[in-house]
Amino acid sequence: MKPGSLLRLRGLIRKEWLQVIRDPSSIAIAFFLPLLLLLIFGYGVSLDAKNIRIGLVIEQPDDISLSFAGGFEHSPYFAPVRFTSIQEAEAALREARLDGIVWLRHTFGAEYRRGEAPPIGLIVNGVDANTGRLIEGYVQGIWFGWLEQQAERAGRQLRSPVRLEQRIWFNPQVRSTDFLVPGILAVIMTLIGALLTALVIAREWERGTMESLLVTHISVEELLLGKLIPYFILGMGGLALSLLMAHFLFHVPVRGSLWLVLAVSALFLWVALGMGFFISTLFKSQFVAALAAMVSTFLPAFILSGFIFDIRSMPPFIQGLTHLIAARYYVAILQTLFLVGDVWSVVLPNAAALALMGLLFHGLVYRKTRKNLQ
Amino acid sequence: MAAGQLPACSEARTRRHTPGYLMDHTATADRPPPGEPRPDPANPAPLILDGVRKTFAVDKQELTALDGVSCTIRPAMVTGLIGPDGAGKTTLMRLCAGLLTPDAGVIRVLGFDAVREPLAIQARIGYMPQRFGLYEDLSVRENLDLYADLQGVEAAVRPERYRELLAMAGLEGVGNRLAGRLSGGMKQKLGLVCTLVRPPNLLLLDEPTVGVDPVSRRDLWRIVYHLVEAEGMSVLLSTAYLDEAERCAEVVLLHRGHILGHDRPENFSRRVAGRTWLVRAPLPKRALQRALSRDPAVVDALILGKAVRVVSREPGALRPTGLPAGDAVEIVEVAPRFEDYFVARLKDKEADREMARITLGQVAGHGGQEVIAVDNLVRRFGDFHAVDRVSFRVRNGEIFGLLGANGAGKTTTFRMLCGLLPISSGTCSVAGVNLRTAAAAARARIGYMAQKFSLYGNLTVLHNLKFFSSAYGLCGTRRSRQIEWALATFDLGPFAATESQRLPLGFKQRLALAVALMHEPEVLFLDEPTSGVDPLARREFWAQINSLADQGVTVLVTTHFMEEAEYCDRLVIMAEGRVLAEGTPEELKERCGGDRGGEATMEDAFIGLLETGRQARGAA
Repeated sequence: MKPGSLLRLRGLIRKEWLQVIRDPSSIAIAFFLPLLLLLIFGYGVSLDAKNIRIGLVIEQPDDISLSFAGGFEHSPYFAPVRFTSIQEAEAALREARLDGIVWLRHTFGAEYRRGEAPPIGLIVNGVDANTGRLIEGYVQGIWFGWLEQQAERAGRQLRSPVRLEQRIWFNPQVRSTDFLVPGILAVIMTLIGALLTALVIAREWERGTMESLLVTHISVEELLLGKLIPYFILGMGGLALSLLMAHFLFHVPVRGSLWLVLAVSALFLWVALGMGFFISTLFKSQFVAALAAMVSTFLPAFILSGFIFDIRSMPPFIQGLTHLIAARYYVAILQTLFLVGDVWSVVLPNAAALALMGLLFHGLVYRKTRKNLQ
Repeated sequence: MAAGQLPACSEARTRRHTPGYLMDHTATADRPPPGEPRPDPANPAPLILDGVRKTFAVDKQELTALDGVSCTIRPAMVTGLIGPDGAGKTTLMRLCAGLLTPDAGVIRVLGFDAVREPLAIQARIGYMPQRFGLYEDLSVRENLDLYADLQGVEAAVRPERYRELLAMAGLEGVGNRLAGRLSGGMKQKLGLVCTLVRPPNLLLLDEPTVGVDPVSRRDLWRIVYHLVEAEGMSVLLSTAYLDEAERCAEVVLLHRGHILGHDRPENFSRRVAGRTWLVRAPLPKRALQRALSRDPAVVDALILGKAVRVVSREPGALRPTGLPAGDAVEIVEVAPRFEDYFVARLKDKEADREMARITLGQVAGHGGQEVIAVDNLVRRFGDFHAVDRVSFRVRNGEIFGLLGANGAGKTTTFRMLCGLLPISSGTCSVAGVNLRTAAAAARARIGYMAQKFSLYGNLTVLHNLKFFSSAYGLCGTRRSRQIEWALATFDLGPFAATESQRLPLGFKQRLALAVALMHEPEVLFLDEPTSGVDPLARREFWAQINSLADQGVTVLVTTHFMEEAEYCDRLVIMAEGRVLAEGTPEELKERCGGDRGGEATMEDAFIGLLETGRQARGAA
């Protein structure tokens, strides 16, 4: 280390810190945006289908058909609406006031009693394919439940050659919050690491402060460390805030070791900072740097990291593309650490991929950063 | 207090006059390769450039910024790097600071090679870029701390050094203010102070005085002289103001990437000795200037107050033709200036440019009626008064100037007069139309040329003319006639199909002026029309403006060039949003020039006004 290096580094870090504190836009990106994202994803966005608006068309209400309908009344997934004719219900479905229709014809009760296996009509609004499939599943569930109930009442077993015993592991309540919040951490770290860093460096170019910095005898290493350290600390601060919110506000479990979560996050933050630096070596205006960071880091962290959209259901080409997205590896590790535990066979390969990407970006940055204005 | 501790400028000047290495040269003729001083082993040259070439690739075209530049800067004095915008000054500074790599040639700074050992150089020099990178959201103190850390200044010596530097710059007592809240001149001084936290051996200053008010400009020079005197620092200072050449011990004259000369400023001026005159005649000053500039014996004719300053082609008595005969014409020989040499030299180099005279199709009425009336005009941005109770009147056919530093409120005033910015309070009317009630009607009668090139760069010259003529509501034969007129009058015909961003700067300016004039306005607003233009193009531009005024167009012009104030019929001097004084150039120089009276320059008048204002505020 060269003489005076620590002094210069301290000066740079202190300057960066003062700027963050005094600049409302840095605070907004580092703290306000994460808060907003967490609140939106914690409370607002849910991939579970709840309160599905289902139309119950019961042409001839009798005890059989009403007991079947009762299954919908008591289910937390459905908010049933009663109709007397299928025409009315179909009209409501067309006007998007319903997500699906269950149709019991006027002969349902009588035929059931005669043991004639009467049909139950199910019409699902397939516009939102995902919800459509969910409704289908839920209705089947209610149907089986009702059959079992009827059999029990009649004092006999429902005859079926096999029986399905299903358990949902790691997230027994199937709460989407529990896997969305770990994913949103990746987005937040990308925001601070890549977007904010690319932005502040571009700002130094725009305002001409970079030229004044370059001409003092700081080295490239000092210049880079002077940016890396403060934003690393800021990013870890954002992470701590998010973890606290995840635990106390959204009650997301952390089944793996907290230390491992922190270590992996530090690794990912280092990669994100590398990406931010890399962008800032290419673009020297704040506007272009911000756009580039959005398109190349922030949006992919949202869409291609597997945090909302399952990677395995993507077309092969896009699947291949996701391997270039650092957030993908981080999301995979975090979801495991939060919901399953310390599964080394997941953590290690993904962490290795992250380390590789980090080395690549920081290597490129170090090679490309020259102390001149060429 | 700070001023008292510093040596007056005159002391520094006397030092420059002590017999030196150049005194034995004959100064009148153009000497063979100028100014290669002999090496002095005890005091080696801080900066040596040898055959330096630097090109940039712009839009796949190679642009040569510097071509075969060789010179040696001598220690412990101020060397001025002088040239118009685009001469290559900033490129040269950045090369010396190790921020750029030359394509060819060698640069040695304080004995180190600038390509191989930039860090060693950066540890020893101070460099202040054109826009010094002050962190505006950090306080003065915090900025100083940062640069002290970066330059490795020990904590123990800091308080003393800070105190000394802040006192020198007159910045005591603002240590806790955010740098962004300082005035333009204070920012510039703080920038200089930051580069000086650790005393450098060589100080590179890139246009430190551009757009700074004359008082701060004088302060900056005082600091530079002090550094040379007290600390023996070597200073290379670039500037586009030719009048600053005379403040330097030596001058390197740079033009389009070539060094035209390297010598003492007085030796440059001496080369046009016997060719500079002041002519007075019972003619309006613009008519006198026009008559003189047509004379083949005259190289340059420049309005100075009521008289015209002339540089003749040959030494020997000037006998101008085309002036009224008799004793009425008074011709006095005056001392040559650096600018005289510069203009004479460039006019020799370049093909004689014919001064374009603009003839408007429709001539506005003469007579002394008021065209612009401004009363107590105020513009607030939050609690900041950008323009504060400004009043003035402009008569038909006058050239009226608004003189002030950057941030004095000139552009804001202009925008309100053109109806581009709402007025906070007060009234103003242009061509008899009140701008608060009928801004659009007033706009049809004015032409506006903005500070920056504000035409469509990727449209051709012809398309720009077509678009703006329709935007001004011209149509049919009138439109095609005016486009013809613009192409012919401004010599833009050969460029009609050229993309306007590819025009040379001077032609861009002609195009902008053509656009502003196409709808034949009665009033023309010019916002800093000549900043960044070389002295020759500036003269040409003013000749055009003068011919417009002669045809009865009222011209309002803002400028921060003190000398341009001389070209105006009347002007106001502005600072911090207020009008400090109003009058003709002669009146202002006499009234505000302090003890120098009629001999004073416009700059003296400006400084006098600012200082009176400050004293008045101090007393209150």
